[in-house]
Amino acid sequence: MAKKVSTAQVKHIANLANIPITTREQQELAAAFSETLAVVDNLLKIDIKNIEPTHQVNDLENVLREDKVDEERMFSQEEALANAARTHEGYFVVPRVIDEN
Amino acid sequence: MKTKTSAAKLTLKQTLSLLKSGELSLNELYQDVDEAVEISNKKLNIYLTLADDARKRADKALKDKTPWLGVPIAVKDNICTKDLRTTASSTVLENFVPQFDATVSKRLKEAGGVVYGKTNLDAWAHGSSTETSQFGRTLNPRNPEHLPGGSSGGSAAAVAADMCIAAIGTETAGSIRQPAAWCGVVGLKPTYGRVSRFGIAAMASSTDSPGPLTKTTEDATIVLYHLSGRDPLEATTGQQEVPDFTKALEKGVKGLRVGYLYHDIEGLEKVNPYIEAALRVLEDMGAEVESAKAMDPHHAISVYTIVQRGEVSSNLARYDGIRYGHGRDMFGDEAKRRIMLGTYTLSKGYADQYYNTAQKVRTLFRKDFQRLFERYDILVSATSPGYAKKVGATEGSAMFGELEDMLLEPSSITGLPGISIPCYRDPNTNLFLGMNIVAPMWREDLVIQTAHAYEMHTEWNSWRNNK
Repeated sequence: MAKKVSTAQVKHIANLANIPITTREQQELAAAFSETLAVVDNLLKIDIKNIEPTHQVNDLENVLREDKVDEERMFSQEEALANAARTHEGYFVVPRVIDEN
Repeated sequence: MKTKTSAAKLTLKQTLSLLKSGELSLNELYQDVDEAVEISNKKLNIYLTLADDARKRADKALKDKTPWLGVPIAVKDNICTKDLRTTASSTVLENFVPQFDATVSKRLKEAGGVVYGKTNLDAWAHGSSTETSQFGRTLNPRNPEHLPGGSSGGSAAAVAADMCIAAIGTETAGSIRQPAAWCGVVGLKPTYGRVSRFGIAAMASSTDSPGPLTKTTEDATIVLYHLSGRDPLEATTGQQEVPDFTKALEKGVKGLRVGYLYHDIEGLEKVNPYIEAALRVLEDMGAEVESAKAMDPHHAISVYTIVQRGEVSSNLARYDGIRYGHGRDMFGDEAKRRIMLGTYTLSKGYADQYYNTAQKVRTLFRKDFQRLFERYDILVSATSPGYAKKVGATEGSAMFGELEDMLLEPSSITGLPGISIPCYRDPNTNLFLGMNIVAPMWREDLVIQTAHAYEMHTEWNSWRNNK
């Protein structure tokens, strides 16, 4: 397993995760990643041939509900917008993601 | 009832019985709890928000003859409470006032419990100390030079400080049991899927389990019953009937087969003698105790670290500051570390190496427990490798929580129910050790049965001694 994580990798991951970080944080995070990855390295020694992965522990399968709107749980427009930082005429205002150019 | 004792010191069971008989009034109860909060909350930083309508709601719950008659309950601040600020101890959500109740909050209110206030935690429940809270750490009421543990440190401390009658926390890997051990209270982590996660700020969806932190095992049993059961809003809740857990209180441990785990792990030398003393008590009561060998919990740390970081990176992607809360620049250091490490281990080229490997080893842990439960009814170990650590202990360690929670992570990643109960108090520091009892899936009754029997035969439970 990769034991050392570079600051360039950290910068790339931060970008993917949409987390703004400073140059100093890049270095700290690279060190923290390396520390953590060194701990989890012990999994390499375990024989996992022919072992199925566990994603869910209580053995439920395909839990579905009726495709029906529950109006009792529905928010009014006012409620839905109550915590929004910016609204405009009853809508959420979202940051621009498409470049004007 | 002795008039001089504060009603805040009552157990849930006692409170309910005194309220019912009329020997205790809600006025007395709330005055005493308010007073405890007034005296210590500023210093200990347990509640982040207090509900100003608690007293009014209590009156209604009493009038309506609900099962809990309006008792004040402390609720961890990652659990949504309608019209009451819910921050997950992160500045990202410092102004978030939920428009809805989590299922846990809803069931608590339906049972006649009152959300008294919202308790501090490690931000987003990422940690085992409350030191990563962006609103300051909580101090351990048993000894304020020490930490309460975490992430449900505020809820455990609220119980220890008698600032509530009972509390609700959440555990992903140790976050109920470890703070319970450090604060000398009872913490029950239910089977994964027993209690709904709906409306709780998600950390690792495949292991998150809400549950009670209480003064006694009997109290935990009462709380668990009312929180449990299938929730149509949460697809991973189990279909299983919720049994009357109180029946388990009477059973005792005669003939119970007990496997003693993890005693040979390095670093447990200090706590082992106390766990072994507790096991001798169980033996004296008729249990059959045997030393058992399980998979190395160091591997569970690794599985948990990879799986949890991966799920965190996905779950915390929703916080975009658009519909509620502030932007992603407000995440604290620990959340940043976890989101980014999860992004890394789930990214193309690494997912197989890390995430898929971890999930396969998780299967091996499940098989290992299946093997153990063929031979034993319950498994016992220390909850934590030691007493509550000193304030500041987490600084500079990216893996602090994982190492502290090592003995709990195997049962967490496999979804098993467990309880931590006090099994020793150091007279010099007033700090406690906890014993962790684990049972097969859906068998909370076995941990309750054992914990209660032990509690009634020993002197380590502070509230049993107060009787």
